[in-house]
Amino acid sequence: MSTLLEASGIVKRYGHVTALQGADFSANAGEVVALIGDNGAGKSTLVKVLSGVVAPDEGTIQIKGNPVTLGSPLGARAFGIETVFQDLSLAPDLGPAENAFVGRELIKPGLLGWFGVLDSAKMRRQAADAFMSMGTNLMTLLDEPVATMSGGQRQSVAICRSIMWASEVLFLDEPTAALGVVQTRNVLDLVRRVADRGVAVVLISHNMQQVLEVANRIEVLRLGRRVAQFNAAGTNIEQLVGAMTGALDRSAA
Amino acid sequence: MSAVLLFLVIVFSAIRPDAFPSLANAQNVVMDAAALLVMAVGMTYVMIAAGIDLSVGSVLVFAGVCSAKVMGAMGADNWGTVLAGLVVALAAGLAWGLFNGLCITKLRVPALITTLGTLGAALGAANLVTHGNDVRTVPLTLIEFGVGGPLGLSWIVWVAIAVAIVGGLVLARTRFGRHTYIIGSNAEAGRRAGINVDNHLLKLYGLSGLLAGLAGWLSLARFATTTIAGHSTDVLAVITGVVLGGTSLFGGFGTVGGTVIGILIPTALSNGFIIVNVEPFWQEVATGFILIAAVYVDQIKRRARERA
Ligand SMILES: Nc1ncnc2c1ncn2[C@@H]1O[C@H](COP(=O)(O)OP(=O)(O)OP(=O)(O)O)[C@@H](O)[C@H]1O
Ligand SMILES: [Mg+2]
Repeated sequence: MSTLLEASGIVKRYGHVTALQGADFSANAGEVVALIGDNGAGKSTLVKVLSGVVAPDEGTIQIKGNPVTLGSPLGARAFGIETVFQDLSLAPDLGPAENAFVGRELIKPGLLGWFGVLDSAKMRRQAADAFMSMGTNLMTLLDEPVATMSGGQRQSVAICRSIMWASEVLFLDEPTAALGVVQTRNVLDLVRRVADRGVAVVLISHNMQQVLEVANRIEVLRLGRRVAQFNAAGTNIEQLVGAMTGALDRSAA
Repeated sequence: MSAVLLFLVIVFSAIRPDAFPSLANAQNVVMDAAALLVMAVGMTYVMIAAGIDLSVGSVLVFAGVCSAKVMGAMGADNWGTVLAGLVVALAAGLAWGLFNGLCITKLRVPALITTLGTLGAALGAANLVTHGNDVRTVPLTLIEFGVGGPLGLSWIVWVAIAVAIVGGLVLARTRFGRHTYIIGSNAEAGRRAGINVDNHLLKLYGLSGLLAGLAGWLSLARFATTTIAGHSTDVLAVITGVVLGGTSLFGGFGTVGGTVIGILIPTALSNGFIIVNVEPFWQEVATGFILIAAVYVDQIKRRARERA
């Protein structure tokens, strides 16, 4: 496994709140790494920094060993980074197929394309294929606005979308929070499959059992800093909780 | 909404069967609607993107004044002058639109306030240029353009129809249109997907100004003068038409097709009131309340959906 993404010393301040105070993070190709931490530990902020949505105040990001500046979500996308944000980032008035292509709409060939005419049929077909191959039940809802869907269905749309496009790194910020048992199972299987095709998958979750089950490695964030790293094999829930809450600090230090 | 329009037509026709349902009156109604429709197409884009442009009526007047002044100064009564007048009107409208867009996207002044400000400023500027008197230097070539046209409809109406068709297709079928919906639905989601939201909004306000400029030129063709005082409630009719046409005040959905039907409602109302001898001011009273009712219905629909 090679280190695909490496962040070090990331600082992000919001006014007088310091969300990240020198956070480190790494993700390897082909692995699922869980990023865990208490509420407010800075997980979502770190994901936003590493997806180009938020510019860090300090710190460096390396991709395959080269220092990079993501600059914008487009910059991150160019590196093959895709993200399921905690708020899902869907356009509620559009359908799932339309959402799957937000910002990367397919255009018809030829003169019509010159005018920016959308190839809606092709987008719909590709989205339907992707939804189908991921084992979701979204195919019957292709034309429903996302706003009318259940929380779990919305989460499925956001997950499918990012899996469709992720080629290097996939961030999932609490992707199973609104999902039922079967869908959660399905997403965890999907996550494994995506990692098996060589993508670095970063899973944020508060469900420790789930984390131990699906992740290869676990990184723990507390108060905006990485405080521990574990290999999933041989680690137990007590150790994770200890690292998250700080009870383990003395022994880790 | 088609049902409401049909209802109005039936009621007015029942009261004045001799006057309302005639070809000449139908021509009047579409003529009244034409300039409003041109502005309403721009407003549809802006409102789908969850914005608002209150300045359109004043920008229409300002663009008309500039256009009439330039055409007057050029003197020659030919198509060269008329087209120069068109360019001036479009440029004046575009300039106000871009000014709105820059204030909204760069200075982060809310659209409601920015365009309320330019509503006052553009009208004031028009009055400064003309010292408050209407400009009548409209070439006959332009006035004749407004009188005749194919199928008994004025060219003014045909221009409005063309704007609606092109505007409707671009909105429904192109990436530009799709980005407009995305921004109105969840601007942050658009931003995270790499859409340059500010740039797009700037274009939309520019478009709204441009179309108000075009409406100013059409209005000169129609009235042969600048009608400075005649457009204070245009924005009311335009927004009412757009909302009645199904565009949400909160952005995210709407169609130009809906706007076409919607804009005919305040126009038919105003025409009908005149024909049945109700004081025309009642139209403004009615349109105002219709706008409030339409937005109320929009709110209810939205809340019902969010609860689902
Ligand atoms: N846009 C913002 N403005 C101000 N403060 C922010 C902003 N975003 C995050 N913060 C602050 O940064 C800290 C970290 O927040 P973050 O959302 O990254 O935590 P988290 O680990 O994802 O928590 P959770 O498990 O609840 O999702 C919090 O104290 C939060 O209040
Ligand atoms: Mg979070």
